[in-house]
Order: sequence, then structure tokens, then C-alpha cells
Amino acid sequence: MPLSAYLIVSSILFGIAVAGMVINRKNLILLLMCIELMLLAVNTNFIAFSHFLGNLQGQIFVFFILTVAAAEAAIGLAILMVFFRNKHTISVQEMNSLKG
Amino acid sequence: MLSTVLQQIVFYFFAASLVFSAAMVVLSRNPVTSALFLVYSFFNSAILWMLLNAEFLSLVLIFVYVGAVMTLFLFVVMMLNIDIETLRKGFVRYLPFGLVAVALVVGLMITAIWPANFGALPNPQAAADYSNTGALGALLYTHYVYAFELAAMLLLVAIVAAISLSQHGKPQRKTQNISKQIDVDPKDRVHLVNMLSEKKQ
Amino acid sequence: MNPDILRNLSLAIILLPLVGSLIAGFFGKQIGRRGAHWVTIIPVGVSFFLSVYLCKLVVLDNMTFNGAIYTWATSGVFSFDVGFMIDRLSALMMMVVTFVSFLVHIYTVGYMEGDSGYQRFFSYISLFTFAMLMLVSANNFLQLYFGWEGVGLVSYLLIGFWYKKESANQGSLKAFLVNRVGDFGFILGIAAVLTYFGTVDYSSVFNQAPALAAANTMVHIMPGVNWSAITVICLLLFIGAMGKSAQMPLHVWLPESMEGPTPISALIHAATMVTAGVYMVSRMSPLFELSATALSFVLIIGSTTALFTGILALVQNDIKRVVAYSTLSQLGYMIAALGASAYSAGMFHLFTHACFKALLFLAAGSVIIGMHHEQDMRKMGNLWKYMPITYITFLVGALALCAIPPFSGFYSKDTIIDAIHVATIPGAKYAYICVLLGSFVTALYTFRAFFMTFHTKERMDDHIRKSIHESKAVVLIPLIILAIPSILIGLLFAGPMLFDQNSLLGDTVFVAPQYDTLGQIAHDFHGAWAMAIHSVVTLPFWLAVSGIIAAWVCYIAVPGLPAWAARRFALLHRIMVNKYGFDEFNNWFFVRGGRKLATWLFQVGDVKILDDFMVNGSGRVIAWLSATTRKLQSGYLYHYALAMVLGVLIFLGWYLIR
Repeated sequence: MPLSAYLIVSSILFGIAVAGMVINRKNLILLLMCIELMLLAVNTNFIAFSHFLGNLQGQIFVFFILTVAAAEAAIGLAILMVFFRNKHTISVQEMNSLKG
Repeated sequence: MLSTVLQQIVFYFFAASLVFSAAMVVLSRNPVTSALFLVYSFFNSAILWMLLNAEFLSLVLIFVYVGAVMTLFLFVVMMLNIDIETLRKGFVRYLPFGLVAVALVVGLMITAIWPANFGALPNPQAAADYSNTGALGALLYTHYVYAFELAAMLLLVAIVAAISLSQHGKPQRKTQNISKQIDVDPKDRVHLVNMLSEKKQ
Repeated sequence: MNPDILRNLSLAIILLPLVGSLIAGFFGKQIGRRGAHWVTIIPVGVSFFLSVYLCKLVVLDNMTFNGAIYTWATSGVFSFDVGFMIDRLSALMMMVVTFVSFLVHIYTVGYMEGDSGYQRFFSYISLFTFAMLMLVSANNFLQLYFGWEGVGLVSYLLIGFWYKKESANQGSLKAFLVNRVGDFGFILGIAAVLTYFGTVDYSSVFNQAPALAAANTMVHIMPGVNWSAITVICLLLFIGAMGKSAQMPLHVWLPESMEGPTPISALIHAATMVTAGVYMVSRMSPLFELSATALSFVLIIGSTTALFTGILALVQNDIKRVVAYSTLSQLGYMIAALGASAYSAGMFHLFTHACFKALLFLAAGSVIIGMHHEQDMRKMGNLWKYMPITYITFLVGALALCAIPPFSGFYSKDTIIDAIHVATIPGAKYAYICVLLGSFVTALYTFRAFFMTFHTKERMDDHIRKSIHESKAVVLIPLIILAIPSILIGLLFAGPMLFDQNSLLGDTVFVAPQYDTLGQIAHDFHGAWAMAIHSVVTLPFWLAVSGIIAAWVCYIAVPGLPAWAARRFALLHRIMVNKYGFDEFNNWFFVRGGRKLATWLFQVGDVKILDDFMVNGSGRVIAWLSATTRKLQSGYLYHYALAMVLGVLIFLGWYLIR
């Protein structure tokens, strides 16, 4: 399979993730999931390039992205829990008490 | 080694499956369904990564992401009593706009990376005794050892942060209140009573 | 003899009046009225005698001193010293200053008797003496400027001495403001000196000046106009002199300054301060001689002032104002002499004028005391009967002023006229005509005042007439002391001062060979008496005599003539009464124009541009900018996602189109 095939798949994946962010504008959990999808698309890009250019550093990068994404998901979900506990909702539009 | 035809079949099947499951993540009405479709899309992309000779990472994706992160997602989604109906308000209203914008972006991206525009690279074939895990490990423990240690540190911090954030309410522990201890007046502690000495009987 | 003696002598001469002034000023209440005049008169008297001795050392023993006493400030490579330059010019000037000041101090005892500001007055005039001596003895431009401003300040204080009088306050303000114009030019001139020579010390500036003139350095005034640096320096310095010495068109303050007490008019506005400009230009002769343009300018300004302010004196009725306008006119003569490079003649006229003009002022003051502070000549007349000594001394002063031989004024003024006659620089012809006509006008107005005051009918009220009396000795003694040099110094010093090979001023004034007008006249000089006798066949003498006769005709023989002339030439008379409209022009252009400009600047510049546009405007711009940009900071994730999508779109579009 040529490189472009993988890139096209990952760009479609990325586009779906962005679209999900725009249309699911209230649900915080879905936003987190969309971010995971985006990261997946990016990782796929990295691995495809790494393979076709014969350079393992791309995969090292993916390794670290996975680490950071796991940490991000854990903390994001923890914040979500606290938010839900205080506001009894996970709507993004309720997150405006710091706005002047 | 799979033959080229078989590779193409596997790629197209799982790529289509990946796109479908990703679309379902975004479009499904229930967050639980979304999470499950996300798990499915992780599986699909793990297969794609496998095709790219990234065996270690594709397995890590399944173990760590599906095993740990997605489980966490599911826990949270099921634990919280989410009012889905209000959350989905306005879903259709923004759909056309979002779709048009995203379609434009994706279309442009695809045009940009179409082989005719982007140029084609030869698909390298790995040696028979190639070990992806070994090669990755050799790089990770030499050149990237500091970054690796930092990543470990980051995970530790994330654990502490997540636990301290989600700690529920007032802790049910006996703790010292030091300012109160210092502030205390002896008179509040000991009450001296003056008594007449009793006569010896 | 120890060369330090000059330094110590001049220090004593200069500081003694300051000490007297400080004591009289700060402890006036404690020492009382008598204490105040003793504590100032004695130091000034000692100063005078010391400066006579100093003069003797400098002139006869040929000693000079030029050095710093004290370093005032250093800034980078520039160093500003307090220092003295004691040579023939400054020593003679110091003697004149202390002499007149001493006599005025004595005279003041009588004139200011009973005034509530007695101590203050003595403090001021002593302070003035100090400032004037600083000006005269300076060896650098900055100290000159210090003295220059010092005398200006005291002049302001003294003109406004009777601060309850509205006209005195206005006169003092006018003097101060007009002097500001001149002083601005002066300080620009000093700055130019500092720029081109890198120092403010006289001797080093004079040493470098020929090189600067030879190098023909140009100053860029405005696009397409380049002036020689030395001309620019000289003109700027001369603008300072025009302010201080009341030359047209900056002369308007001097008549107003007559609102001050009469001793002040004699000391400051006749004898010393107003001659500071003359002294300064003589001092700067090594600079002025290098610029023919500056010399021409000086000559034309001086001669114009000499004639036209003299004409104004014809229509004045206040006795002090007549003398004031005559001072303006005589200052014009001095300045014109400087322009013709006859520095010695200018300085000589300064000295003689200091004597006879102080005499005239003090005599006028004596008349004013006798008339109980009435200054209007139309209410005087026939006073010779009541005040014989004042009458005689005034006559001496008037004859000296009219340049009748052998009075002192004749020698100085006649020499000036001759020097201008032989001068060849541009404008000399015009200047010659001006000063010639001026000598006629001078005689006319002087004797007009003389006749109106001391002869003709008695026009005063009856109860004033009964109490008219000759002034007291303390007033008359200075008059007599001043009358003697007014008669004699011309005879005695005309030769040594003007024509001798080794003249009194010696090499302290520098005259370029091609401008040496005095040298040309010197061939015809065969002694002072010979000059006086020879003058009978010269034009200036006959002009002066005809002026006196004309005054006699107009005011004694045919008293109705002036009134008829005023009616016949009404327009001319109006112009003269309005003093050529200088005051009206200044009032209209500078005062009203300044107010209009200030109002406009306030309404447009301050309210609209500064307050509204810049201060409030910047606030409004910030408010608008932040109100606009805060819409970008919505806080909603999807907005940011959308922005990202749009950014990617633009980026990709650019990538593909390229």
C-alpha cells in the first residue's frame, strides 16, 4: 500500500474528529473521545511516515504521545468527575463561571 | 509475510471499518455506544499499524488504550448519570455547517496528499529477522532514556493528580489541627477545683 | 608688587555691596532706617575708593588680572568658572559704576526720606551694584550672563518698588518681559559660542575667533539660508544688548521704567545697567570686528534709535520721561559708535553720559521733590527763582547733553559723529544723517524741558507754589559732585581716552585696521581746547545751537507755536504721541495674538487633541479593541476547533494554490 493511502485514512479520521467536536458541542465526554480520535489519526501519520522513511524516531514519538494521552485522559476524566459532582451536568456551555 | 493482494484486502477492509466506527463515535446518541465504537476503532487502527511493521505500538495501543484508558472512559460514562437528551440539543442544528467545513478540509487534505501531488515512496520490506520491539527498545533505552524517565515521572504525576482531584468530599480521617493545638488555653483543659480538706476521721 | 593684589581688590570691591545688601535686606528691621543707609553707603563708598585705586594700578602701572576664582560647575569637557578679567576696560567701568552708585546711595537718603520701604530700597540698590560689578568683571560668558540677569532682576524689583501703584507693576512686568526677548537672543548667543568654541572663557574664545572667521564656518538657519557662524554669534549677542540697552524695537520698556523712584532712574536706567549692552559689545570687539554684517546691523540700529527716540522726547510732558527718551537716544549714539568701530568713543560717551545723565535725573528728582512729587512739566515753570542750585546743575547737564563745547558730552558725541562720518561700512551714510539730525533734536527737546521747567510762566497751584523750596544738602551734594565731571572729564580725558597712541582702554578693545575710524580722526586732533574751538565751524555744533534757539523761539518767544504746529501737522503729532505705535503693535500682535493663539491651542491642542483624542482616545481604542477581541476568547472548545479548521483550510489552500 502506498504512503498516501495511510495518510488519506488518517486525514479522514482527523476530519471526523473535528466534525464531532463541532456538532457535539455540549457533551464533554464526547469531546474527550474526539481528542482521542485526533491523536489516533496523528499517530497513524507518524507511524506511516516512520515506516516509509525507514526512521524509527517517528515510532518513538508515538510512544510518548501515547503516554501523554493516557495521562491526559486520566486527568481529563478526573476533572470531568469533579465538574459533574459540582454542577450535575457535563455540558460545556455550563463551564462559563470564570468568564467576565 | 502477506501477499500484496492480501495486504490490500486487509487494508481496505480495516480502513473502511475504522472510518465507519469513527463516524459512529461521533454520531451515536448514547455515550456508552460511542465509547464502545471508540474501542473498535482502536482495534482497527492497531491492525493498520501492524501492516506498517509497528507491532510493538499496535499491541501497546490495544493493551494500554483499550485495556486501561477506554475502561476508564466506560467507567466514567456509566457511573455518571448523564442527561443525554439535553446534551444532544442543537446536534442537528450545527451538523450541516460542521460537515461542510470538515468536508472541505478533508477534501483539500486528500487533494494535497494524493499520490500524484505528493509523490510516491517505495514500500520498504523488513528483513526476516527484524524485531520491531528490539529496535524500539534499543533506541528508547539509549538515546531517549531521559525522555523515557520523564514520561514515567509524568505518569506518576498524572496518577497523583487524578486521585487528588477525584477524592470525594471531606476526608474521613483523624487529623491534627495544629493551629487549634497551639491556640489552646490551659484553663480550657484543666479545671482546678478548690476544696476544703476533709478532716481525718 | 604682589600680582594677587588685583584679585583681592576686585573681590573686595564686588563683595562689599553684596554684604551691605544682605544686611540691609535681611536685618532691615533690627538695624533701623539709619542703620540701613549706613550699612550700605559705607561698603559702596569703600568699593568706590578701592576701585579708584584699582584703576590706578591697572592704568598707570599696567597690571592686569585674568583668572578663575572658583569652579562653579563642570560638565563633560566644559568647565564653568567664576573668574575675573581685570583690565583697563573693566577697571574703568567698575570705577564709573561704583562712583554713580555711591552718589545715588547718598542722594537716596534725601529722596526716599519717609518712605516705608527705605531699608528694602537700600538693599536693592546695593544688590544692583553687586550684580553690575559681576557683569563688568566677568571673564567668561556665563558669569556675564549671571550679572546680566542679576541687574535685570533688580531692575524689575526697583521699577515695581511702589508695588501698590498699578502703573509701576505694569512697568516692571513690561521691562521684565521685553528684556526676556533680548536675553533669549543673548543666551542663544552664548550657546552658539559654546558650540563653536567649546568654551565660555573670553580669552580663549577671542583667541579662536579669527580662525573660525577664516574657516568661514556656516550656520544653517533654514533651507537655503546659510550665515557665517561669527555673524550669527554676534547678532545673537547683540539682540541681548538691544534688550538691555533699549534699542529699537526693544526700547519700549525704558520709558515705562520711569515709574520707579528717581534714584533708580539715574542709577539703573541711565548710568549703568542700560549701558551693559554697550560694555558687552566693546568687550566682544574681537568678535564683532570679524563680521562686517554685524557691525552694519549695530550701526543702523544704533543710529535709528538715536534719531527716532529723540523725536519722541519732543512731545513728552513728564519731565522724567523726557530724560528717559533722551537716554534712549544717547544709548543709540553709543551703539552707533560701536557699529562704526569707535569703541573708545562709545565707551567714552558711556562715561560722560553716566555723569551728565545721572546729573539730569537727579536734578529732575530734585525738582520733583520740590514740587511734591509732581512730574508734569505743564504744571511747572519759573523754578529758577526757587531752586537756583538745581537750576544751575540741570543747565550744566543739559549743555553737556546737547554737546556744547567744552562740556563733556561734546567730546564724546562729536567724536562719535565724526567717526560715523568717516566710516565706510554699509549703512554709514544713513547713520551719519540720523546722528546729525539727532544732535538738533537733542538740543531741541533738552531745552524745551529746561525752559518749560525753569522759565516761562508759573503754572502750578498756589498752595504748592508757597511750599516750593530748594532741596536739602544730601540731595544737592551729589548734584554738585556730578556736575563737576560733567563739565571737566571731556576736557581732561578726551585726548587720553580717544586719540592717544596708548589710550586709556589700551589693547582691551580690538579694532581691525580697515575699520579704524578713530585712527583717521586722530590726525586732526590737536588737543582738547583746539577741538572745542574748531567745533565752531562744524555742522553738529550749529545744529545743536539752532536746536537751542528753536526751543527758545517755541517756548519763550512765541509760546503759541508748538500748539499751532501740533494742529497743523496733526497726523505727525498723533504718530509721535503714540510713540510710532510700537506699544499698540505689541499689544495687538504679541499680547492679543498671544492670547488668541493660547486660546486656540487650549481649545484645539489641549481639549481636543490631548484630552479628547490622545487621553480619552487611547482609552476608547483599548476598550474597543478589547471588546472586539474578547469575542474571540469565547471559551467554547468548538469555537477554537472551528478556528483551527479554518486555519487549516487557509493553510492548505495556500499550499495547493502555490
